[in-house]
Amino acid sequence: MSLLVIKDLEARVSDKPILKGLSLTVEAGTVHAVMGPNGSGKSTLAQVLAGNPAYEVTGGSVTYDGKDLLSMEPEVRAQSGVFLAFQYPIEIPGVSNAYFLRAAYNEKLKAQGKEEVDPLEFADLMEQKLAMVEMDSAMLTRSVNTGFSGGEKKRNEILQMAVLEPRLAILDETDSGLDIDALRIVSDGVNQLRRPDNATIVVTHYQRLLNYIVPDFVHVLANGQILKSGGKDLALELEEKGYDWVTHPNASAPLGAGVA
Amino acid sequence: MAVGSGAESYIAAFDQLTSDRTAPGSLQAARRAAFEQFAALGFPTRKNEDWHFTSVSPITDEEFVLMPSPSGDVRRDELDPFRFGATDWSTMVFVNGRYAPELSDCESLPAGVKVRDLASAWSANAAVVERIGTIADSEIHSFTALNGAFMQDGAVVEIASDTEAQTPIHLLFITDANAAKGMMHPRNLIVIGRNAKATIVESYVSTTNAMYLTNAVTEVSVAEGATLQHFKIQREAGRAFHVGTVEVDQARDSHYVSFSLAMGAALSRSNIYTRLNGEGSGATLNGLYMIEDEQISDHQTQVIHAQPNTFSRELYKGVLDGRSHGVFNGKVYVHPIAQKTDGKQTNKTLLLSSTAHVDTKPQLEIFADDVKCTHGATIGQIDATALFYLKSRGIENGLARRLLTYAFAADVLETIEVEEIRKSLELMSLERFV
Repeated sequence: MSLLVIKDLEARVSDKPILKGLSLTVEAGTVHAVMGPNGSGKSTLAQVLAGNPAYEVTGGSVTYDGKDLLSMEPEVRAQSGVFLAFQYPIEIPGVSNAYFLRAAYNEKLKAQGKEEVDPLEFADLMEQKLAMVEMDSAMLTRSVNTGFSGGEKKRNEILQMAVLEPRLAILDETDSGLDIDALRIVSDGVNQLRRPDNATIVVTHYQRLLNYIVPDFVHVLANGQILKSGGKDLALELEEKGYDWVTHPNASAPLGAGVA
Repeated sequence: MAVGSGAESYIAAFDQLTSDRTAPGSLQAARRAAFEQFAALGFPTRKNEDWHFTSVSPITDEEFVLMPSPSGDVRRDELDPFRFGATDWSTMVFVNGRYAPELSDCESLPAGVKVRDLASAWSANAAVVERIGTIADSEIHSFTALNGAFMQDGAVVEIASDTEAQTPIHLLFITDANAAKGMMHPRNLIVIGRNAKATIVESYVSTTNAMYLTNAVTEVSVAEGATLQHFKIQREAGRAFHVGTVEVDQARDSHYVSFSLAMGAALSRSNIYTRLNGEGSGATLNGLYMIEDEQISDHQTQVIHAQPNTFSRELYKGVLDGRSHGVFNGKVYVHPIAQKTDGKQTNKTLLLSSTAHVDTKPQLEIFADDVKCTHGATIGQIDATALFYLKSRGIENGLARRLLTYAFAADVLETIEVEEIRKSLELMSLERFV
């Protein structure tokens, strides 16, 4: 059974259709990159999978682990192993990172019918997770994302991912705003979390991140549909030829257009 | 005697109180004068600008009797939930408005710190009681006049010059079932000497869900170079009415730091008035109101910048659920000579339901030309993106909303320097709207 099967998915935001019949199948143990120009629907796909109510699904189906994902509340999806690393993580002043992470972790344990952990047990668990993203334990006492640099916010997303150990992780433009060191740290974290029973969808505009998180499959998303799929070499081809090569195959694309 | 609107129903209670011939003559005279002021003023109506958003008819529709004296069956362990987890504070406990020495702990006060109950101070003819009525204005504020007419007891706290009271002094006013249909009019006096420093916590709490009226007045004098941190914690019974007035007189280079919490009562009105009478003095007035159902919480602050180089900082936050109604009215007066005044006022309200509402009214009257005074007010709802973020981490809807409510209140709670109070209030803001 495939971990995730997206069939003819249609979605809109404030009456504007964004996804127009998107299909994608993800097997456990694989990494998929979804690439595409700005406005193609990459972030919409990520948000719809996580259950953001601001996006309205108007057609198609999503089956996750054999269940109808679209009928699940966002918190139930998360408890079932779906994780979205946000492009723009939200600041929550006054709520410490430690409290937030433990609350999230305990919700997952509760959903699995397991005992919740107390702050001391959780501190032990955190030690190894922090090491994975090279974060200092001082980060735990700070308010969630409040006053964090762009890089710290993205590392904090991966820290949450490390704590929750999702079966399906969706990384939405995780490379944006990262310098080369932060990019390496974040990618190392993601790579360490790869297991045969989980899968990762990397949503990105640029090929750069894929040098660090090497995908098994690359898909080009444009105008709300997957237009082309291939192996990791497709990303390099896109880097070289630009998205127009896929989206307007008959036009002669200027070299490197749309790619930084 | 001419009797203003609503005052007639208080005549019988007043006659009963003043028939006690053992009361000191000066107290009786003060009560009579105050009752005359109250009778002339009557209760405020919504035509009165200061009461435009809040009708006092729920209070005037009731007939209250004086709470019986001595009264109350409060046990020591019933006070524990209201102590903020602190064990080393000095505490004066008042049950149904009367001092309860058997429940109080005032043995370990440092030298220079003196506390006593107003009834005893008055009986002993203590010089300090002459200050009663010199700071709070009963000529224009009818609830202050009403308090003066019925004042019986309260706390008198004196901090001598150059004294630093290390631990907070807690004035804990508690009501029990015997308070039902009763009224109490606590009158407190706080006198902080030159260069002294103290923290005083004034709590109004209840072990009952009875209907009653608290009408408290606290007069505060902060001398030159002194600092007072003053907490007003209003957690009255759900059907109770609370009117509390704090009036402060500040001398040169003094700092008055106030935090007002309003959570209880069907209807509450908190007045925090300070007068910056000395150059270099300043006031920090912060507060949080968290109400639900049909509750009404009204705050009125007033800062009078009467001298140059004075400052004021105000941050009030409100969380409103159900059909509750919040009011914030912040008055700032800058006198013509009060050049270089630096004032900042902020009021932010979070509406948790579509049926709650808030009236916020900054009121700046500036008569000097070289001043910096700003104000701002916002009204908002739980941020949908933030809510989704928490839920996307598996946090269920209720906890997610409570965390965001807590986050909203966080910055004003962070200003609280007394750790026990800050932690208690953080927990309260997290658990208020379960």
